[in-house]
Amino acid sequence: MFELLGIPPQALFGQIMLGLINGAFYAMLSLGLAVIFGLLNIINFAHGALYMVGAFTAWFLLQYLGIGYWGALLLAPILVGAFGVVIERTMLRHLYKLDHLYGLLLTFGLALVIQGLFQNKFGSSGQPYAIPSVLQGGQNLGFMFFPNYRAWVVVASLGMCLATWYVIERTKLGSYLRAATENPTLVQAFGINVPRMIMLTYGFGVGLAAFAGVLAAPIYQVSPLMGADLIIVVFAVVVIGGMGSILGSIITGFTLGIVEGLTKVFYPEASNIVIFVIMAIVLLLKPAGLFGRTA
Amino acid sequence: MALKRKLMLSAALALAFTAGAAQAEISGDVIKIGVLNDRSGLYADLAGEGSVIAARMAVEDFGAADKGINVEILSADHQNKPDVGSNITRQWIDVDGVDVIADVPTSSVALAVNEIVRQKNKAFLNSGAGSSDLTGKACSPNTVHWTYDTWALANGTGKAVVQTGGDTWFFLTADYAFGHALERDTTAVVEESGGQVLGSVRHPLSTADFSSFLLQAQASGAKVIGLANAGGDTTNAIKQAAEFGIVQAGQSLAGLLVFLTDVHALGLQTAQGLVLTESFYWDLNDKTREWSERFAELNGGKYPTMVHAGVYASVLHYLKAAEATQSDDGTTVVTKMKEIPTDDPLFGQGEIRQDGRKIHDMYLFQVKAPEESKSPYDYYNLRATIPAAEAFRPIEEGECPLVQG
Amino acid sequence: MAAARDIAEPKGRMAGAAGAIPRHHYAAFAVMVALLLVAPLFVYPIFLMKVLCFALFASAFNLLIGYVGLVSFGHAAFFGGAAYITGHTAKVWGFPPELAILAGTAAAALLGLGFGLLAIRRQGIYFAMITLALAQMIFFVSLQAPFTGGEDGIQAVPRGVMFGFLDLGDIETLYFVVLAIFLGGFLLIYRIIHSPFGHVLRAIRENEPRAVSLGYKVDHYKLLAFVLSAALAGLAGGTKTIVFQLASLTDVHWTMSGEVILMTLLGGLGTVFGPAVGALVLVSLQNYLAQIGSWVTVVQGTIFVICVLTFRRGIIGELGRLLKRSL
Repeated sequence: MFELLGIPPQALFGQIMLGLINGAFYAMLSLGLAVIFGLLNIINFAHGALYMVGAFTAWFLLQYLGIGYWGALLLAPILVGAFGVVIERTMLRHLYKLDHLYGLLLTFGLALVIQGLFQNKFGSSGQPYAIPSVLQGGQNLGFMFFPNYRAWVVVASLGMCLATWYVIERTKLGSYLRAATENPTLVQAFGINVPRMIMLTYGFGVGLAAFAGVLAAPIYQVSPLMGADLIIVVFAVVVIGGMGSILGSIITGFTLGIVEGLTKVFYPEASNIVIFVIMAIVLLLKPAGLFGRTA
Repeated sequence: MALKRKLMLSAALALAFTAGAAQAEISGDVIKIGVLNDRSGLYADLAGEGSVIAARMAVEDFGAADKGINVEILSADHQNKPDVGSNITRQWIDVDGVDVIADVPTSSVALAVNEIVRQKNKAFLNSGAGSSDLTGKACSPNTVHWTYDTWALANGTGKAVVQTGGDTWFFLTADYAFGHALERDTTAVVEESGGQVLGSVRHPLSTADFSSFLLQAQASGAKVIGLANAGGDTTNAIKQAAEFGIVQAGQSLAGLLVFLTDVHALGLQTAQGLVLTESFYWDLNDKTREWSERFAELNGGKYPTMVHAGVYASVLHYLKAAEATQSDDGTTVVTKMKEIPTDDPLFGQGEIRQDGRKIHDMYLFQVKAPEESKSPYDYYNLRATIPAAEAFRPIEEGECPLVQG
Repeated sequence: MAAARDIAEPKGRMAGAAGAIPRHHYAAFAVMVALLLVAPLFVYPIFLMKVLCFALFASAFNLLIGYVGLVSFGHAAFFGGAAYITGHTAKVWGFPPELAILAGTAAAALLGLGFGLLAIRRQGIYFAMITLALAQMIFFVSLQAPFTGGEDGIQAVPRGVMFGFLDLGDIETLYFVVLAIFLGGFLLIYRIIHSPFGHVLRAIRENEPRAVSLGYKVDHYKLLAFVLSAALAGLAGGTKTIVFQLASLTDVHWTMSGEVILMTLLGGLGTVFGPAVGALVLVSLQNYLAQIGSWVTVVQGTIFVICVLTFRRGIIGELGRLLKRSL
């Protein structure tokens, strides 16, 4: 019923905008992964779980402390980031001298533990979280009804992504970071506390995941498994983009969101696998990924 | 295996205490009921520990202790995985001597358990699963399907909605066997009742974002959007439909598999106006209210779903039949269950058909608006009662080998 | 390939002693066979068969992680893919069990070839992520393809009669058939490890550039190892289907890939007997914990964390260190 040519351009435009919203989440999560990978050389498998923890933190804050959405948007990333710092200090730190794969395995284990604990406590059906009153309702764009909240998600995540990019690529702090990625010993010799920088980077990356989680809370049910399958898609996004550049992961995230959104219109059955198919094709043509440095 | 040993020990103790009351045909002198369901996942709220409580209440209300019948209840989590569920079932029957398996939500697990119970000649009282195959192609002389099935849900919701003016439909269908079956059954009912299906879109299982599909549904202009999916998919779709103003814009949602616990999780603000079919609601009459309040007290204040009610009623009826036959042999008891009419406070009077289908009324409910709700769990308005005779698939259409010839 | 070296680092030394099979391996193998022969007298046989299937699966996985240093996060695709093919051919096409299992194994090998061609283009963590993503694709295909039965899986797969005279409906016969399959697979893996091919694999793991400069076509070796590992994982998956008469989504889900890594890690990466021991421990644990549901994930995760932080040699690896033998 929805053939390629049967779609009015306005409806198509609507679907592109929706894709952009999903892309926003892919971008924020893959950005966090990229930042962490850059400095720690660890693929953070717990990223999806921490995204979920972010959403739950927002829910806790509201439920037990009466702190609303805006407070949570600020507090949840800080709290989850602090939790990330604890993880880094107590566990990840011991793995830096080993193969990077151990980091992947450790964070995989952590993801299982975190998800399992939340599942035991809250079951799987999820907790509702209301859209903040300011952003309720939506705009009738003529061709579609666009909820205000979704527009906010796109704006907020774009802002967050660009700010991160700016800090890393254009500020002094960022230059230290990039230098430490290349040669930690040398940077240390210049009197910069590299271990602390690593710790804070992990905290920041994780905080980014939590920020995405809070943004997601009003859209999706806040449920323990909300990050479990998402993280695998984000992995594919990361492989497609390559881990080379910060901007690369942002662009790839948004683009793939749109591609996925369009698939939902033209061939909805495939919308779950389209990203993996793209990954396979990219690997065949450009093994290092679209924005990756050498393999 | 400490647990197993403990169970064996308690069985032995039970044996020692009741050696006087001879029940030669009840194996081990104890009827063991295994409540197998989801205790941690998606269906933990609608089944889970609540079903164990319900089974315990049934044993109590039956007065097993006074009648000198030993009943023991075991429980386990099948995690909604057929392999886990069939493992536990095999082990329960082979090692622990379980006589009857109860509840088992999730059709895939239920079908697997159905197969094993038949092989081993035990009894299976299904309450939680929806697949109408349990009393159709896969029907078994050892199985009773109590509470509901997909056919009944499709029939109830489909027919009633069309009759009340919702005559054009668009489906959001979970893209796997279960979703396809729901869509197919509902489409048949809608068309039979004079309605029209304008289209459908198949979404992958466990979709987080429904906006794109909802937009397609909206563009179709159908009056009713049928949600041929379950669990998290349904709640997410409902939640996002509210966000996109679908209901305010004049379309209505019909959930084809929605439970009280889903409505509870969504909140009335989001779920209001939703139409759904169930076979039990706590606030139907004095008996259901009385029972449900007792249940809620034992279940941390959470009210029962129809699945809990079904576990209670089916276990109660099983015990009656076991008492009448003085046996815990699978087919013997199940055959007896079909012979004697059913009568319990929750589903009233009814019967179990030859194919194992329990027959009772189904109800069409509409979720209340927040301001209509006066107390916790006061969620539904009754819109229509579907009489027992029309509520379930006619026996001859089920292709159940047991009834042919 | 620093990745490979480090991952295999815990056992390092055992790689030596080319060709000659150490005598204590014979002894350990004899003990294992003896235990497995008498075990069904004391333990629930279906449980034992589950352990055997997973032991074979983990051993197949170990071929890759322990001896080539490649960490695949997508082995569930081979295990589950084979389970589906075996189930389908046995149930719908009426294949006898031996052919059905063979069909499953062959399908897994083919799938392995496809995965391998794509994945060996990248190394280390990328390799892991790519295999994971590809396996997730197989998961979605399994969910939606008409022959897999979606959520229901393929149920009531007939056990059938093997070679025309072994009735697998009989639990005892079934047990010994599964035992034979396990031992056959196990010995084959052992043979591969100790063959010249196995030595090249280890050379690649230890120092890939050197292997390249010695003129080995490294990618071919890696690909062949990957296909072998996939095929053996498929053998395990197909056998599992015949035992449980069921192929389901659990078998292809990514948590299954995680479980097999955990089994191997827990037992000891790159040890001969480790994966089997790891499978035994983990399957027993799951059996125990089935009563308490989702705590299984918490316990598994905790074991993962503990293994990675403090116990990287695994049970058999540590034991081997104590005995100063490679096991």
